[in-house]
Amino acid sequence: MAGIPLFQHRLFSSGIDTKRNTSFSTLNSDDILYFKDILDHKNVVQDEDRLVAANVDWMRKYKGSSQLLLLPKNSEDVAKILKYCNSRCLAVVPQGGNTGLVGGSVPVYDEVIINLSAMDKIVSLDKVNGILICEAGCILENLNSYVENEGFVMPLDLGAKGSCQIGGNVATNAGGLHFIRYGSLHANILGLEVILADGTTLDMLTTLRKDNTGYDLKHLFIGSEGTLGIITKVALLTPCKPSSRSIAFLACNDYICCQKLLAEAKQSLGEAISAFEFMDYHSVEMVLAYTEGVRNPLPASPYNFYVLIETTTSDELYDRTKLEAFLLHAMEMGLVSDGVIAQDLNQASSFWRIREGIPEGLLKAGAVYKYDLSLPIQVLYAIVEEMRARLGNTAKVVGYGHLGDGNLHLNISTTHYDDKILSEIEPFVYEWTAKVRGSISAEHGLGLMKADKIHYSKSAETVQVMTSIKKLFDPKGIMNPYKLLPHRLFQD
Amino acid sequence: MMKILVAVKRVVDYAVKIRVKADKSAVETSNVKMSMNPFCEIALEEALRIREAGAASEVVAVSIGPAQCTETLRTALAMGADRAVHVDAGAAPVYPLSVAKILRAIVEEEKPGLLILGKQAIDDDCNQTGQMVAGLLRWPQGTFASKVVLDKEKQVATVEREVDGGLETISIDLPAVITTDLRLNQPRYATLPNIMKAKSKTIKKISPADLKVELRSDIEVVQVTEPPQRKAGAIVSSVDELIHRLKDEARVL
Ligand SMILES: Cc1cc2nc3c(=O)[nH]c(=O)nc-3n(C[C@H](O)[C@H](O)[C@H](O)COP(=O)(O)OP(=O)(O)OC[C@H]3O[C@@H](n4cnc5c(N)ncnc54)[C@H](O)[C@@H]3O)c2cc1C
Repeated sequence: MAGIPLFQHRLFSSGIDTKRNTSFSTLNSDDILYFKDILDHKNVVQDEDRLVAANVDWMRKYKGSSQLLLLPKNSEDVAKILKYCNSRCLAVVPQGGNTGLVGGSVPVYDEVIINLSAMDKIVSLDKVNGILICEAGCILENLNSYVENEGFVMPLDLGAKGSCQIGGNVATNAGGLHFIRYGSLHANILGLEVILADGTTLDMLTTLRKDNTGYDLKHLFIGSEGTLGIITKVALLTPCKPSSRSIAFLACNDYICCQKLLAEAKQSLGEAISAFEFMDYHSVEMVLAYTEGVRNPLPASPYNFYVLIETTTSDELYDRTKLEAFLLHAMEMGLVSDGVIAQDLNQASSFWRIREGIPEGLLKAGAVYKYDLSLPIQVLYAIVEEMRARLGNTAKVVGYGHLGDGNLHLNISTTHYDDKILSEIEPFVYEWTAKVRGSISAEHGLGLMKADKIHYSKSAETVQVMTSIKKLFDPKGIMNPYKLLPHRLFQD
Repeated sequence: MMKILVAVKRVVDYAVKIRVKADKSAVETSNVKMSMNPFCEIALEEALRIREAGAASEVVAVSIGPAQCTETLRTALAMGADRAVHVDAGAAPVYPLSVAKILRAIVEEEKPGLLILGKQAIDDDCNQTGQMVAGLLRWPQGTFASKVVLDKEKQVATVEREVDGGLETISIDLPAVITTDLRLNQPRYATLPNIMKAKSKTIKKISPADLKVELRSDIEVVQVTEPPQRKAGAIVSSVDELIHRLKDEARVL
């Protein structure tokens, strides 16, 4: 992690009520004894260094002060921990790979951290239907290597794959790079096992494609960000591994070209498209400046926009020929100004490294304000330009994201966190998004960062129903408090 | 002005995890991603740079192997080679001496001033073809090149070679054979405009018989086996446990 500036100061978006909920107990020595009784001693962690790592988020932006990290080894451990915490009114924060980008995976105060990393067993893989059952703590990349060996792929892929866990992915309803092809986790998760705050196990771990028996509760936990229960097991659909993958890295002169290119690609390449990512010049500049071993595939001249298109099919020659023909046509139409097609896997991964290296580049560049917006595609880039004009030279504004899904990652990079800059960004960015009926969280979730901003995307009535659901599943409010919903709704 | 001939081989992609066939006769290649041998990519890049610097007029890529070699040659053309020759040798493996004989025959026909090859192919790691063809042609050779400088007037190449203790610089008369090492250059990508241009370039197909070369397998592969599996690592939870296990299990302390 060399080169990353040391932890700056704790940052909360303005308006979040950050007072600790006084109805929560504080940890005492009997609690520790109890946990040591039910878990292996080494899974009851009080070591300073390990607690520091677990208290701070990936961006080093949010920092809690938990004194205890628990590493359950199975669902029973989780049930016992939660039952006890609920009875003692000890607040908890479920934690996966701690790669979340909205401050949801770390404590706000002294919540007990329940990290799932010791629950990383693969239960089964149905090789006829491609249905994987595994524990929630399995790391996404490991699962992908496992299923790839058997001829399948995970239906999601994201830059944090080497650290994030499938449980965390489900809890955040992560989207990622292949959403355009395989769709949301709501479509790919077949079953879940969840432990509720009071230790009750909800066994919804079926592998059926069709099951209309009552309310489909598992969907409530997909995207619940650890506020309703702890996900302990996951059953999901893994598509067949495509035998051929082609990747092109393209340059476009303006945003209109990117849009038209997307429309044309959908027409010509159809179901073969597995990724359609876009990056503005400033994002690529950021990666090139801060990532070792990455080179600009189109060094001859700078372009305003870059697009990465990936197609996957079951026939290599067909795949290549089709993508090539489409791109040559797009170039003749003037939609693409220049471009390269990967000739081998090494080149393919070097193109991906550019797109996937943007978050890390931003992290190394200093402080960063991240916004993950769903916007109508026609106006998706307008917010970046407006923000750039608004902030002038006080900050670097970059825009990139999953263009094929209408998902913009708007990032504002500065040397340090500064309330004055923040007040220029917020609430402007949220109001702008609400005005065009976009979403203030396309895929990262609300976490702590946007808990009290939910009304920009959801009506008062909807939020009210969500609050009732939260109270039903977790009456004492111990599950990941202060996150997802405005805290004031629980302070009666 | 002189012509440069570059040999390019189609091999299992560098990033693919290699699997050995169940009968241990060879590496599994069916349904496996194949690409241009990385050292051949470097050889081609060097040839293109020499042409772009004005020291050569034409770069010809040649590949020897099954029908699918034309895909590898398409890549070579898209990178910038002017034309390509495919020597269709069928599906059976072709060993270095046969490849060297075929290359000699093509050299006699094309009369290039330079023949550039990768120092080895990453599939069989033979590191023989360049040396053999230099011997057959009685040409000087600069192997493991990490830098090549041509003197057009004097018709000599100065080649920096990566040897055990450091770098050796040699000067060889043209025509010559050069084999490339990893650090010689960083190959370019195939750009759309170049892919477009490549569409109108030709790949000439010939057979070993056309060149009067008889394919003989002068070596016999007895067995191919996978390297022994590495034992999985273990995570220790404390320094004490680490010391304990280093002492009692690994017995290194
Ligand atoms: C480099 C980088 C790239 C990223 N790219 C993308 C992207 O393309 N698309 C995208 O959607 N996201 C992306 N993310 C963010 C994404 O949300 C997370 O990477 C991932 O989904 C979270 O998994 P995790 O295991 O790290 O969860 P954590 O960060 O540990 O937790 C995230 C949330 O889930 C809860 N949680 C975790 N595990 C459980 C569980 N077992 N049960 C209940 N609740 C749980 C936590 O309490 C927290 O609220 C990226 C992050 C990084 C750092």
